[in-house]
Amino acid sequence: MEYEAVIGLEVHVQLNTSTKAFCACRAEFGVEPNTNICPVCLGLPGALPVLNKVVLSHALKVGLALGCSIQNRTKFDRKNYFYPDLPKGYQISQFDLPVALAGEVRIDTPAGEKCVRVKRVHMEEDAGKLMHDAEGSLVDLNRAGVPLLEIVTEPDMNTPDEAYAYLTKLKSVIEYLDVSDCDMEKGSLRCDANVSLRPKGESRLGTKAELKNMNSFKAVKDALLYEIGRQAEILDGGGKVAQETRLWDARQAKTFSMRSKEEAHDYRYFPDPDLTLFLITDEEIEEARAGIPELPQQKAARFMREFGISAYDAGILTADKRDAAFAEECIKVFPSGDKKPVVNYLIGPLLAEANSRGCGLSGLKLPAERLPELVSLVQKNVISNLVSKTVLKEMIDRQTTAEEIVKSRNLAQISDTSALDGIITRVLAENGKSVQDFRSGKENAVMFLVGQVMRMSAGKANPKVVQELLKRRLADA
Amino acid sequence: MELYSLTGAQLAELLKEGRISAEEILSSLSLRAAGKEEKVKAYVRFGGKLERLPAEGVPARGPLSGIPVSVKDNICTRSCNTECCSRILSGYRPPYDATVISRLKSDGASIISTKTNMDEFAFGSSTENSCFGPSRNPWDTQCVPGGSSGGSAAAVASDEAVFALGSDTGGSIRQPASFCGVVGLKPTYGRVSRYGLVAFASSLDQIGPITKDVRDSALLLNSIAGYDPKDSTSVDTPVPDYTACLGQSVKGMRIGVPKEYMVEGIDPQVRAALLRSLEEFKRLGAICSEVSLPHTEFAVPVYYIIATAEASSNLARFDGVRYGFRAADAESINAMYSRTRGEGFGKEAKRRIILGTFALSHGYYDAYYLRALKVRTLIKQDFEKVFGEFDCVVAPTSPTPAFKLGEKMGDPLKMYLSDIYTISANLAGIPAISVPCGFTSGGLPVGMQIMSGYFREETLLKLAYAYEQSVSAENRRKPAL
Repeated sequence: MEYEAVIGLEVHVQLNTSTKAFCACRAEFGVEPNTNICPVCLGLPGALPVLNKVVLSHALKVGLALGCSIQNRTKFDRKNYFYPDLPKGYQISQFDLPVALAGEVRIDTPAGEKCVRVKRVHMEEDAGKLMHDAEGSLVDLNRAGVPLLEIVTEPDMNTPDEAYAYLTKLKSVIEYLDVSDCDMEKGSLRCDANVSLRPKGESRLGTKAELKNMNSFKAVKDALLYEIGRQAEILDGGGKVAQETRLWDARQAKTFSMRSKEEAHDYRYFPDPDLTLFLITDEEIEEARAGIPELPQQKAARFMREFGISAYDAGILTADKRDAAFAEECIKVFPSGDKKPVVNYLIGPLLAEANSRGCGLSGLKLPAERLPELVSLVQKNVISNLVSKTVLKEMIDRQTTAEEIVKSRNLAQISDTSALDGIITRVLAENGKSVQDFRSGKENAVMFLVGQVMRMSAGKANPKVVQELLKRRLADA
Repeated sequence: MELYSLTGAQLAELLKEGRISAEEILSSLSLRAAGKEEKVKAYVRFGGKLERLPAEGVPARGPLSGIPVSVKDNICTRSCNTECCSRILSGYRPPYDATVISRLKSDGASIISTKTNMDEFAFGSSTENSCFGPSRNPWDTQCVPGGSSGGSAAAVASDEAVFALGSDTGGSIRQPASFCGVVGLKPTYGRVSRYGLVAFASSLDQIGPITKDVRDSALLLNSIAGYDPKDSTSVDTPVPDYTACLGQSVKGMRIGVPKEYMVEGIDPQVRAALLRSLEEFKRLGAICSEVSLPHTEFAVPVYYIIATAEASSNLARFDGVRYGFRAADAESINAMYSRTRGEGFGKEAKRRIILGTFALSHGYYDAYYLRALKVRTLIKQDFEKVFGEFDCVVAPTSPTPAFKLGEKMGDPLKMYLSDIYTISANLAGIPAISVPCGFTSGGLPVGMQIMSGYFREETLLKLAYAYEQSVSAENRRKPAL
């Protein structure tokens, strides 16, 4: 049977506040275990939480950026469960009055733009970290109490690709807001996925499985793909999908059952009596709104408007905040009114270079004026497009200018006819067959000859000039 | 006169005049405790003398300079055992001082680090639920001192403490104060910081003074009251000098007597003592009338749902992972949890954890916890309505005088009803004080409770002081220990 997958995502984002959510401990990463701790985040008897106001303002920004309605009354609840990394025996979270409700994220799909509804955004604290070795288990509580935002979607995605697109878009928005570094490897962005299948055309939802332990966006996609296949197989065999939590094992590329619905926790949520109700005024909401920078979608629209570039190109250039800033600088510095050449260079050779080095455009550490300089050299026929790519690599490796490289390595394009004549004479002499082909009407043969000249000149010959010279010489003879 | 028998205010006066030293006070008190502890057992981990928190640098000078304060075992004192009289916290020494302790220190007080006895985690009304065994009532050592701050009340009544801090979640300061013939004040919720008070029920708990007289109550409240940025539920409202209102006239003060409190279950001698006090109020020029607090009958059930629900969550941190008692040789993490908690908590603690866990469980939350919160609001509104017309409400503190040790241990419900008059003030968050108002024919003290509106502690203190000054010396006698 043909099935439709229904996917909802829960994303945890670690906020980049300097201190923890409910105490003054530093929220930094990678320090000696159990050094950023105090009575509050250790859950010592008698200690009490006090909300870090920056957490709330970050939450407001995210809520607003996702188009949510901010709740004027919000409160914290206790999520009760026992685990050695949870020092109080409960997590301070939000249950029935989350800070923001009902937003959306627009994603691009092969069928066009799609709206993924965001159900809720809520604040909570992180737990500590367990480390296991042969002698036993140890707890590091540096992370305990670090602020998180949980962003939950409606079950609006139907393919792993859509889930991937949603995550990419969400990450982009959050990075723009500068409220989290969104680094999945460091655990500052985590994603759980709910997925169920239903026969195509059916509107009722099937039984879902919750997938955990995906450490990258690609892992989310892979886990969903696997899980959709697994569920389809069960359904095709006449079986029933069990409602359960499953763990993704990236090495085996499979999901494994972690706990069934019957084993699910009863978290016994109730309002945390240590924290009062928070009343958020319209002024505070407006203040948070004023603090929201230009978001990727808006930036893309502006790029299209100001630089006359396509929606596709603008989308690529604005996906990452730092890359977008770099691209904008490059485009602005480029002297010509027609920005197409520099844009093409950004999303062509430069992006390819960045990808091959595993970083973003801005990660290449290229001063913004240098790329337009390079593009101008191509424009002015000082170097060929082909040579420019070699120059680019060196510009990055040696952190120097295009001009310096062209000069020191003598890479300037040869357009001087007298300098080219010698090479052409040699090529014509060595390639008699091609010359004959041309003369017998095979016009394409000239391109082969151009290639030979280019090769002999180490790519420096200006191919246009070469072609013209060749045609003239062939006609003359 | 022996120094141990004096009040804090009297000692402060003598110290100021240079007639005595802080060391003399402490040694007098310590000797007294050494002589009476065997009978009273007000303190825990008592090693023959009273210890005090080590001085840090030059002792601060302030209104309490040199005066010792005794502290309940659930208030954190840095580097000194704070065990809530529970096996599960055995050996636990907090790395920090509760805010009230810091405040007392900065007012010059000397903190007695030998803590006072209590019901385990403040669960109880008799101090019998202590892992160290019960305290005794100084007026009759066959009787309980009340609870849960029974150790603090017994220490003050037996002159083993100048004054003491207790905590009150449903009457735990006022009921033992009434059983022991001393003054106990539960401040408005939010008046005193809870930071460093090991939580029982966070929305109800307040720290307050247990003292020999009303002036000392005001003196101690002056020191501990005030906004604390470390406690989100503390309120940023000015703290007056609570001793300033003492001695002011109560003429014309409007006193309400709730009819719902004077019904069956009340001991006739308690009732008689209260009626005599009302006559005294009238003589002082106050106006007494009957009022109604119609939702009173729901206070006990509402309290036992909210308090146990919060307690079940507050006590989850005692899991053996980081501090306190841990059961040995558990074969798995779950076995470690259940054996640690099974062996570490006493019977009443387990009962309340189970009750609270049930009340918060999926499918029962709406029927119990949520409903209880709604009725709590109604109880609050009862008081708000009455305080629109009256300055305070007067009622018995407890329906009976001190009962015998063991008398109610087999019947938790009977024990819970011991708090029937005190619980409402915690649910409403209003301040309430218990002052001695006479004795039974058997010579046991009886306490009277005065309640007033939010942050109106001055009203309570003013009326309590006027009453205290008006009664005969006979009614201010001390237990013959």
